[in-house]
Amino acid sequence: MLNCKQATALMSQGMDKKLGLWRQTSLRIHLMVCDGCRNFNKQLQFLRAGLRRFPHRNG
Amino acid sequence: MENELISFRSDMLKFAWLQLRDESSAEDAVQETMAAVLIGKQSFGNRAQLKTWVFAILKNKIVDIIRERARFSSTGAALEEIPENAYDDLFDERDHWNADTRPSAWGDPESSFSSQQFWKIFEICLTRLPENTARVFMMREMLDLDTEEICKELAISPTNCWVVLHRARMALRLCLDDRWFNAGDRDAEL
Repeated sequence: MLNCKQATALMSQGMDKKLGLWRQTSLRIHLMVCDGCRNFNKQLQFLRAGLRRFPHRNG
Repeated sequence: MENELISFRSDMLKFAWLQLRDESSAEDAVQETMAAVLIGKQSFGNRAQLKTWVFAILKNKIVDIIRERARFSSTGAALEEIPENAYDDLFDERDHWNADTRPSAWGDPESSFSSQQFWKIFEICLTRLPENTARVFMMREMLDLDTEEICKELAISPTNCWVVLHRARMALRLCLDDRWFNAGDRDAEL
């Protein structure tokens, strides 16, 4: 079972490469039971969206 | 076209500075971009399209400068800027979130994109990232290079590259959480 610290590292790594099946599955299970990590995951996606948008922020 | 280019100048300089952390290099990148745009003489239907094109050129100029620099210096420093234990306090002895650091929902964060104040905070948080960490992170997220390219350009191992990216994300997330999404008084931060 993953702990939250490991899960955050995997989520972050998942932003940069495709995780292996085993890691993907362990992460999915962890996210099912951990709302803190679910929020963390959404926040990582949001950071990326914000960074992509940053140059165009003033229209 | 000239007027529009000038109106983008300050955003371009900020964008370049965040990645190069050096005013004269940022200025070079911006001026070269402006020259390339004027020489290109392409016509654009609207301002947004022009801005997208200008920033695409600027990104290439920034990558060129980073490549040039990487030849002369080692950027292994990124790994030491945020220490390994920097975020240990967020987790308990079993490495699960502590009650008071467990990430809370940010609601509908995309609605912040229309707030000028949000972007100011966002920029403050990016500026607070240590220099080399910021460079690796921006290459990934703003220049959209993949980690393989970044490792190669900066001559760091893929593992170290991911560690740096992860720490940068932790730092940026905490900063936005603290100064915007869970800030008691957002104005106090500006």
